[in-house]
Amino acid sequence: MSRRVSRPSTGKQGVLEGEFFMLGDDACAEGAICAGCRFFAGYPITPATEIAQRMALRLPETDGIYVQMEDELASMNTIVGAAWAGVKAMTATSGPGFSLMMENLGLAIMMECPCVLVNVQRAGPSTGLPTLVGQGDMMQARWGSHGPYSIIALAPTSPQELFDLTIDAFNLSELYRLPVLVMTDAEVGHMTEKVVIPPYDEIERAERPRPAVPPEEYEPYRCPPGELVPPMAIAGEGYRFHTTGLTHDERGYPATADDRVQWSLVQRLIDKIEKNRDRIIRLAEDEMDGAEVVVVSYGIAARTALWPIEMARAEGIKVGLLRLITVWPFPEERIRELAGQVKAIVVPEINMGQIVLEVERCAAGKVPVISVPHPGGGIHKPEIVLAAIRRAAGRESDL
Amino acid sequence: MSPRRGLRQATYRQRVMRQQMHLDVRHDAVAGDETHPMDEMLREDRLPHIWCPGCGLGIALGCFIGALTKADLDLDKVAVVSGIGCTGRVAGYIKLDSFHTTHGRAIPFATGLKLANPELSVIVFSGDGDLVTIGGNHFIHAARRNVDLTIICVNNFNYGMTGGQAGSTTPIDARTSTTPYGNFEYPFNVSSLAAASGAVYVARWTVLHVRRLENAMIEALQKPGFSLVEIISPCPTGFGRRHGERTGLDTMRYYHKHGVITHGANVHEAGIKLGGDIVEGKFVDVDRPTFLQFREDGLSKALGRNDK
Ligand SMILES: Cc1ncc(C[n+]2csc(CCOP(=O)(O)OP(=O)(O)O)c2C)c(N)n1
Ligand code: SF4
Ligand SMILES: [Mg+2]
Repeated sequence: MSRRVSRPSTGKQGVLEGEFFMLGDDACAEGAICAGCRFFAGYPITPATEIAQRMALRLPETDGIYVQMEDELASMNTIVGAAWAGVKAMTATSGPGFSLMMENLGLAIMMECPCVLVNVQRAGPSTGLPTLVGQGDMMQARWGSHGPYSIIALAPTSPQELFDLTIDAFNLSELYRLPVLVMTDAEVGHMTEKVVIPPYDEIERAERPRPAVPPEEYEPYRCPPGELVPPMAIAGEGYRFHTTGLTHDERGYPATADDRVQWSLVQRLIDKIEKNRDRIIRLAEDEMDGAEVVVVSYGIAARTALWPIEMARAEGIKVGLLRLITVWPFPEERIRELAGQVKAIVVPEINMGQIVLEVERCAAGKVPVISVPHPGGGIHKPEIVLAAIRRAAGRESDL
Repeated sequence: MSPRRGLRQATYRQRVMRQQMHLDVRHDAVAGDETHPMDEMLREDRLPHIWCPGCGLGIALGCFIGALTKADLDLDKVAVVSGIGCTGRVAGYIKLDSFHTTHGRAIPFATGLKLANPELSVIVFSGDGDLVTIGGNHFIHAARRNVDLTIICVNNFNYGMTGGQAGSTTPIDARTSTTPYGNFEYPFNVSSLAAASGAVYVARWTVLHVRRLENAMIEALQKPGFSLVEIISPCPTGFGRRHGERTGLDTMRYYHKHGVITHGANVHEAGIKLGGDIVEGKFVDVDRPTFLQFREDGLSKALGRNDK
């Protein structure tokens, strides 16, 4: 575990640069720092604790603030408050804490407050298997807070990608003004691998849209013509704005007498994501040309599917891999397209069948969709995934 | 549900609906062309407010505005954070950077604002249920950390917004909509809770004592660290009318009779009982490094920083 940084900092406010042998959770923290995150509020929980520990060590070196809160309700709220004071802020947790964060995730969505929430998933329900892997919070990530909304969730498959996607998460959160979820898991978070941290100046950092008008003319939720994301003032600049978790009009004032403002507000909160799907969604595809079977997976489950995929290819089955880097918004268009081209789709994931429901919805009965579930606590045995691929290809399986 | 209670709920809801639907008409009637000295600090376009006739919240807000203008603050650098409740609506009326958050979570939100930008003066203005019942854990921990926040807690001994239910501040025996046979739980003494948790400034005033209340707010605003002003305030709709105080004025008369000003009183013995005296005054005023000062000093030593 790279508890101590293995190279001297570059001097750019203590930000690292170079090649490291690094724990996934540590890579997440370093990614956040490279993205410009200077505020972390959290509460210890396995297997996300190392992110908090790394932040506690590193933020003071980078002029940032680490604060350990009394619980995850407070953690989520505190980063929303911090983000409104103008900083890039993050929290990290796992299942039980993720559940506690749901209400105030909704507040960040409603207030359109950029921030990042990392969930290093473990196996549930409840306290479940605290140290062991799970991917059981994927639907909670989409629907866990009450009411209608759209969200962005990313799923890394290695410490390097956890580093990279944490940066992406900050950038997306700033561009679209919403909390972005990094849905990693205990395997990736607790895996130590090579992580390359690029020079500070080569890292792209997005900033939230800022008001161009004087305070008298500023309305916190009025979008420029043709745009879906309103410019964001921050506290202490003299805008004297108001924001609320109540349904609100462009002025940020509650509009709760009927459903008129609710319609336009909720529609815009959804549109700002869904109408930018092309810009947001990222997929990694492998040997998709001419594939008869496609494995659709994400995070650690996509990585452990690589071996059975190789074995199936050795048997002459044409298998492609579609890895969801962005899980939410779901890449509906691509799955619909595939449904018209392949024989069957195989979906391994470390839950009892969550993202497979989305795949089935988009496949709309055109091709069989084979779920490869796992309750958590371990990764799929390769022969189980191999058997599913064989079945999908119409081959006899000896399993 | 008894028919009587059904009727009561309907009237409460109807009243709120009416107020919201006739906003514009009433605004013209109330405001006319004239301006009020407090207009500059209020979001006039949001008036009239939703509060009931006889509610103490208008007085509390008036004192707050008075204190803000007299506390020698750069008002552009003031942020007001509320949770949810009747009191929580203050954030929506005050014309400053203001945040109406979730029920019980105003303090952690405010903590984020303050720690991320120490130049801000951050005030939490919220109800007793919000701050010490659902949000009690944040209250004690922010006091323990001594985060530099001014907490203004309006204690009306019940959940006004949701129709007068009991909470952790409801006195023993009190009748509320969820304690129809009387309250059988020991209540929190809000000021004592803050003092015991590490608050550096604690004062309690009823809304009858407007000048003292305003002065306490000024002191709290100027005090570095976690400071609390507990405001005892009438809620005729949710609480008073069930205890022989039909109007806010009745409750003000009660304060007049039962308010006992004792600066430096032992706050832990200043609990509030139904029908008993209300001890008020400044209870705590001590100095302790704030979270940020403590942190900065500690980090300077640990990291060998001497630039700060
Ligand atoms: C999580 C959550 N639970 C319950 C509610 C419903 N609720 C709204 S206001 C309130 C009580 C407010 O009481 P208090 O803080 O004392 O404020 P008051 O209305 O008395 O000023 C409750 C329970 C809510 N909004 N959110
Ligand atoms: S219910 Fe009580 S606290 Fe709420 S506005 Fe009415 S009188 Fe005031
Ligand atoms: Mg109350």
